[in-house]
Amino acid sequence: MSAVPVNQPALSTPESGVWITLVRDTKLAIRSKGELAQALAFFIIVVSLFPLAIGPEAAILKRIAAGVVWVCALLAVMLTLPRLFQSDYLDGTLEQLALSPYPLPLLCAGKMLAHWLSTGVPLALVAPVLGLQFGLEASELLVMVAGLLLGTPVLTMLGAIGAALVLGVRGGSILMALLVLPLYTPVLIFGAGAVEASIAGIDAMANLSLLAAMLLFGLVTTPFAAATAVKISLD
Amino acid sequence: MTAVLEGRELCLARGSKQLFSGLSFGLAGGHALVLRGANGVGKTSLLRVLAGLTEADAGEVWVGAKRTQALSSSARSAILYFGHANALKDEFTAAENLADQLALDANPASAEQQADALTVVGLMERRHVITRRLSQGQKRRIGLARLHLSRGALHKPVWLLDEPTNALDSDGSALFVHIVEAHLAEGGVAVIATHLPMALTGKVDELHMRGLV
Repeated sequence: MSAVPVNQPALSTPESGVWITLVRDTKLAIRSKGELAQALAFFIIVVSLFPLAIGPEAAILKRIAAGVVWVCALLAVMLTLPRLFQSDYLDGTLEQLALSPYPLPLLCAGKMLAHWLSTGVPLALVAPVLGLQFGLEASELLVMVAGLLLGTPVLTMLGAIGAALVLGVRGGSILMALLVLPLYTPVLIFGAGAVEASIAGIDAMANLSLLAAMLLFGLVTTPFAAATAVKISLD
Repeated sequence: MTAVLEGRELCLARGSKQLFSGLSFGLAGGHALVLRGANGVGKTSLLRVLAGLTEADAGEVWVGAKRTQALSSSARSAILYFGHANALKDEFTAAENLADQLALDANPASAEQQADALTVVGLMERRHVITRRLSQGQKRRIGLARLHLSRGALHKPVWLLDEPTNALDSDGSALFVHIVEAHLAEGGVAVIATHLPMALTGKVDELHMRGLV
């Protein structure tokens, strides 16, 4: 069961901060399988409700496929955001992260990476199966998976900032949704747009490149923003 | 003698309540400060200010004879904060939790040293038990193992301890005193907030906090 290396010796480079939280959170996600399955089950069920509700009209289903899958992926990721920092905040681990000699942005980056591996990646992997229900073809499914693999880490990174900001706030999850959902719209537009383009027979690379650009931009900025949000919440 | 940890004219208010104002102290190597006072008087707040987790309204914290910004990298490598919460993961075993905490502290203790520390705190036989199944006192003892491996001026000279003996039995409290005394003997300093009696001997001062209005 423990494919994850345990007790990796603490390296003295700052970069190993990423490794510490990545391993720790991944181990936690594996040990609490229930939470891991919840977001995935939510995604599968809600996406599957649409063909049932709308009926077997192939043209309509194909038209809405990209939007439905992306909106559901977005909501599924959002459902899992509270667990990114909440339990660490409650049990005092977050204070220890902030006081660790490792830079907090790198520790946050490790947590984001672990979160993406346990939510975004599984969502992207089951998406093609769900896409079949909407009559998407292989090339279109491929674009959808590529888009999700590029876009879900951005959802995690932006969400982490929101999740860190609302720590300790009553009714924080609603507030977090209000904070984060507007920020998610560009990802939604280009992610769904890539699949739409592919269905229309246009090259999807433009949309995918924009998603990749957002990913790269997020990688270098969001860990710092999340670390600042964590410090504010601890004060 | 230069102070390892120094607070200068620290002020902090919470809401309309002034917790402390103009609070100054200095601890040279080997000295401990025990914070006493009623609940809500600001013991934890003072510790958090010293740790850099809370920003003081005014005043300075000096670590190792240098003024330090809150959560600066020099402060983070010198300070060990042992909070009210245990910072343990219920899903991990005692040994895994200890290893994780030390990794986060960048503490180079080897696996053998960690096993020794678990023996010292009496958790060796329960080291593979999931933390959820440990008692409150046993959870606190995992923290003692971390302290045991962070002793002395070399590694983490400044210890900030918040109700460290809470939930510990008399053996555990004695063990805690023993570990802190070893830390002080090796040149470290400690600030300890507690409302329990503590048989700490040596260069120990007490600060009775009464709170201002």
